[in-house]
Amino acid sequence: MKRTFIVALVVLAVLLAVPLTMQAYGLRIGTTMLMYGVLAMSWNFIGGMAGYPSFASAAFFGLGAYAGAVAQKYGVPHYAAWALAGLVAALFAAALGFALLRLRGHYFAIASLVVAEALREIVNSATALTGGGMGLNLPLPQASSVEAQARFFYYAMLGVAALTFAASFLVRHSRLGFGLRCIQQNESAADMLGVNTTLYKVIAFVLSGAFVGVAGAIYASWVHYIEPPDVFDVLYSVKPIVMVLLGGAGTLFGPLLGAGVFLGLEELVWRNYLSVHTGVLGLLIVLLVVFLPKGMLALRKA
Amino acid sequence: MLTLQILANGLVLGGLYACIAAGFSLVWGVLNVINILHGSIIVLGGYLAFFGYTQLGIHPFFSLLVAAPLFFAFGYFLQSALINRMIAAPVLLTLSLTFGLDLMVQNGMLLAFTADFRKIILDPPLGVLALGPVVIPIDRLLAMALALGLTGLLYLVLSGSRIGRAIVAVRMDREASALMGVNVRRIYAVTFGLGALMAGVAGTLLAMIYPISPLAGTTYLGKAFVICVLGGLGSVPGAMVGGLALGVVESFGGLWLGPEHATTLSFLLLIAVLLVRPTGLLGRKGYE
Amino acid sequence: MSPLLELRGVTRQFGGLRALAAVDFSIAQGEVVGLIGPNGAGKTTLVNVITGVHPATAGTVRFAGEDVTRQQPWQAARRGIARTFQIVQPFPDMTVLENVAAAGVFAGSAPYGVRAEAAAMEHLGFVGLAERARQRAGSLTLAMRKRLELAKGLAMQPKLLLLDEVNAGLNPAEIEQALALIRAIAARGVTILIIEHLMKVVLNLCSRIVVLHHGELIASGDPQGIVRDPRVVQAYLGRRYAAH
Repeated sequence: MKRTFIVALVVLAVLLAVPLTMQAYGLRIGTTMLMYGVLAMSWNFIGGMAGYPSFASAAFFGLGAYAGAVAQKYGVPHYAAWALAGLVAALFAAALGFALLRLRGHYFAIASLVVAEALREIVNSATALTGGGMGLNLPLPQASSVEAQARFFYYAMLGVAALTFAASFLVRHSRLGFGLRCIQQNESAADMLGVNTTLYKVIAFVLSGAFVGVAGAIYASWVHYIEPPDVFDVLYSVKPIVMVLLGGAGTLFGPLLGAGVFLGLEELVWRNYLSVHTGVLGLLIVLLVVFLPKGMLALRKA
Repeated sequence: MLTLQILANGLVLGGLYACIAAGFSLVWGVLNVINILHGSIIVLGGYLAFFGYTQLGIHPFFSLLVAAPLFFAFGYFLQSALINRMIAAPVLLTLSLTFGLDLMVQNGMLLAFTADFRKIILDPPLGVLALGPVVIPIDRLLAMALALGLTGLLYLVLSGSRIGRAIVAVRMDREASALMGVNVRRIYAVTFGLGALMAGVAGTLLAMIYPISPLAGTTYLGKAFVICVLGGLGSVPGAMVGGLALGVVESFGGLWLGPEHATTLSFLLLIAVLLVRPTGLLGRKGYE
Repeated sequence: MSPLLELRGVTRQFGGLRALAAVDFSIAQGEVVGLIGPNGAGKTTLVNVITGVHPATAGTVRFAGEDVTRQQPWQAARRGIARTFQIVQPFPDMTVLENVAAAGVFAGSAPYGVRAEAAAMEHLGFVGLAERARQRAGSLTLAMRKRLELAKGLAMQPKLLLLDEVNAGLNPAEIEQALALIRAIAARGVTILIIEHLMKVVLNLCSRIVVLHHGELIASGDPQGIVRDPRVVQAYLGRRYAAH
């Protein structure tokens, strides 16, 4: 436990220091990395700890983005809007969780994937509220320099990432985390042992959605223009999974590690091989799944 | 009489959908693998037909004959070489594997064929058939007939031939089949090959009706999902019923809500069914 | 004194199949009762109904005075009803110790943490698995897994322990060990219902035997009487032998 604290503090210190040394481009990468970190750590609750292959991340991200954007359209100040987005995503996850978490394996995966698609269509159609296919513009939180804005969003995303990490840590070392691990190992045995599986799964699902919702809202403010195919992109469901698989599912630092490595690879490929970047992502996934299914952290033990 | 026309449209569409879903359902039911690549194989079949027609003058109905063994071989070897390594892995990993492969194939198609939509325009056109108050384009009708015919053929293979019975046995109980002397790995490869065959052939037929582009596979995949949930896994009759049902639902949905919402409607249907019957609508409990 | 477990008119229907038909029976505190019957008689279904895995189609189940007919399995566990499985279901990638600690934390009253693990070690010592505490549960042999199941059952601090074919797949020496353990558990005052095929085990351990056949309770009484009961003989061996 002590080692965890030390590592976490070091990482936090490094992350806090980044804005002091980096320009706008570095800050952009940093903010993206933190966002990926939030997505990956969040997915880890339901996919890594509980063992339910959720493809719902994009649904929560998009929902959060639009909740935050619409709130700001009606004059809600940005911090409150972001918090509201998290709340909306959490409530949605709770309702959805009760419905979907009865499904197992493939059925759950597909249903969660389909939810994002359905949500995208609904948002697309609700033109009066969301601007539909024409997208939605967001107000800029601070009318100051580009650098200052970049720093602002970096710290905002850092805040969410830190919260998500803290939540992961608390869950992992709690009764809830223990119960989730039992569920992942053998759900009916866990049920027979006294684990309230429905409640625990729903909590994990809510955790997997709440922070992602906030991240979505911050993203929306950051890019200040969103449209449905952008924020409900299925890749927002797939990439976190790849990141967690890369780093090590169910672990504490795995998702963060995976997010970092993934972003590094993505930047490398994007900048140099744009036309094949989805193909390379696909190749990465295939290699990962076949050769490194337990993630990089498992290599430690080898 | 609009109702009858819409119904007819739906059934014609449904026949094609049945063909799309049958192979997908079989692979899911027997191997417990969701083949995300299925949609892209359909598109590849479409491109085969398109280029066969525009470059070589081969009618799509004949490209079909080339597509079948080609895609069967592709599926067979892909499964033997790669997918079989992961066959016992958790859902997440097998799903990710086929997803990754699909990304690679889609990227490849984008590079090779560009994102432009291609459509086969038959020359001379086949015209329409008027059955009382209902009007059906002949090319669609023929495509549907071939699709249903092929699906029916698949069913006959499964129920009549030796290897077909083996496939059904593996679907029901893998271990028992192995104990009975069935070479399960070969059956997996054959089944996957059949799935790819059905997808490729469906693609050649669809290319006459719908425009194709590298990213179009996702839509067909979505429909295959819905049909599997409606019709049950690994069941060819189920895929037929599910396909026809979906075709009709989309047709009427398109009429009432507008064609752009057809896909959303089918997805909502999927979720609704899963909520009520977590293992799908018709009979057979598939793998989870 | 009211019985610990009481079933009245319990029926369980699966579609057209009636797995349990109006079963009436009860177990008093401290008893060791054997449940026997030919294959397919409904023994495991009965345990499933008691533990809430399947709800009874009709009838009531009362436990410690409470109506628990509609309970969920996890609620049954927390009420003090523990069961083992015919096909053992451990948490394969967790250690033996963690497996038992889980039982203690979620069904017993152990708080999550070191105390749960200490208590778990005690139970492991009782069943003779203490040296394997840090071993991966998935790597245990069948006999050891059965003992792990018992340890988990104990960690749940049960009022009622349901043992479902705990001896299936064990050789005679292993069965002797299992018997000794069960006797020790009974000596601690745990009420036990044991489903068994081996008559020797049942005759050895149980103060009372109930017999299930085609979902009906056809006999209940002391072991010697049951073995000679014509209805029981008929159920197992057929009408021809019943007359003897």
